[in-house]
Amino acid sequence: MRQHKFNTYILATTILFSGISVASANGDAAAGQKVYKSCKGCHSLADNRTGPRHCGLLGRAAGTEEGFNFSSEMKNSGLVWDAETLDRFIAAPLEVVPGTTMGFAGIKDQTKRENLVAYLIKASQSKTACSAGGYKQADK
Amino acid sequence: MNTVDTESFPIFSESMTKTRRQFLRRAGGAVFSASSIAVLSGCGTYSTSASAETLSQDTKILNTAIAAEHEAIAAYQLGAESGLLTPEVLKVAVKFQGHHKEHVDALSAAVTGLGAEPVNPLASYAFPVDKLKQESDVLQFAAGLERGAVSAYAGAIPVFESKDLMAAAASILADEAMHWAILRNTLGLDPVPGAFFS
Ligand code: HEC
Repeated sequence: MRQHKFNTYILATTILFSGISVASANGDAAAGQKVYKSCKGCHSLADNRTGPRHCGLLGRAAGTEEGFNFSSEMKNSGLVWDAETLDRFIAAPLEVVPGTTMGFAGIKDQTKRENLVAYLIKASQSKTACSAGGYKQADK
Repeated sequence: MNTVDTESFPIFSESMTKTRRQFLRRAGGAVFSASSIAVLSGCGTYSTSASAETLSQDTKILNTAIAAEHEAIAAYQLGAESGLLTPEVLKVAVKFQGHHKEHVDALSAAVTGLGAEPVNPLASYAFPVDKLKQESDVLQFAAGLERGAVSAYAGAIPVFESKDLMAAAASILADEAMHWAILRNTLGLDPVPGAFFS
């Protein structure tokens, strides 16, 4: 019984981590842009809104974007944003950062998440999107 | 004793009473009569029986929703003052803004009832002012915000601890989905472009 549980754990962990490595390598950013719609109620690339701006996300320590009032839980999470941490957080924000003010259930579908992370990484480094200011809210 | 006018927020007043009862029951069977519950304004007693963590999580989710509602109110204000809206459309915009104000009032009453402070609007919003040149730009901008709000509530509903807050948030989501559909219709777009939204 113990052994069985342990094997299940290993299997689950393997699936989890292979999922994550796929997330950084294989995401389809164009498809991910559509998934980003579910973030746009609170976020934009260029500007702080209800949630912090996403430009400059890659390599940024969680909760450090200037001019945004983060929760202490996010500031103290110790996370640094990359493909792996983004994938983990977006899957279950309140489990990964308990006490976060991002009241959002998360994106459970792995493919959608991979695509979203690919989009986030690309878009958050886009010079045009990030220098624009005045977030675009066209209803597309 | 706070001064929340629960009459104006039937969703919350009714659901909160229920929540309070549930919590009281869970907290160890303290029995309160309906009238003694009514004397307690808002949902104040919730805090004494709910775990601090649960309490603050629902409060945080509510406050994030309030922040988004404040943004919508400010956006409609911008639209209404833009001079770009025809009188007919302006009337609708002001009505929708009024709904968002009612959402803020109701959500704030819930936060206050949980013993916390509702968030204030931001001092300023980074709206795309220079891109609003005609009525359709304003409508598109508003439609985008309403669409976003639908997503935000859809994402928030499953993470509330209180089922009554879930129900209340669903009722707000429905209202904002109607706004979205009307705005799209006015823009000549398919008002209901799909069967599912997340
Ligand atoms: C209901 C509003 C809301 C929605 C919807 C939302 N977020 Fe957030 N997000 C927030 C808030 C508020 C914070 C700040 C959290 C804190 O301080 O605890 C945040 C923080 C974040 C952060 C951390 C940023 C940093 O600089 O540390 C990331 C990454 C993020 N969100 C990604 C997303 C993605 C991706 C989506 C869509 C799948 C999304 N969010 C949907 C409100 C939201």
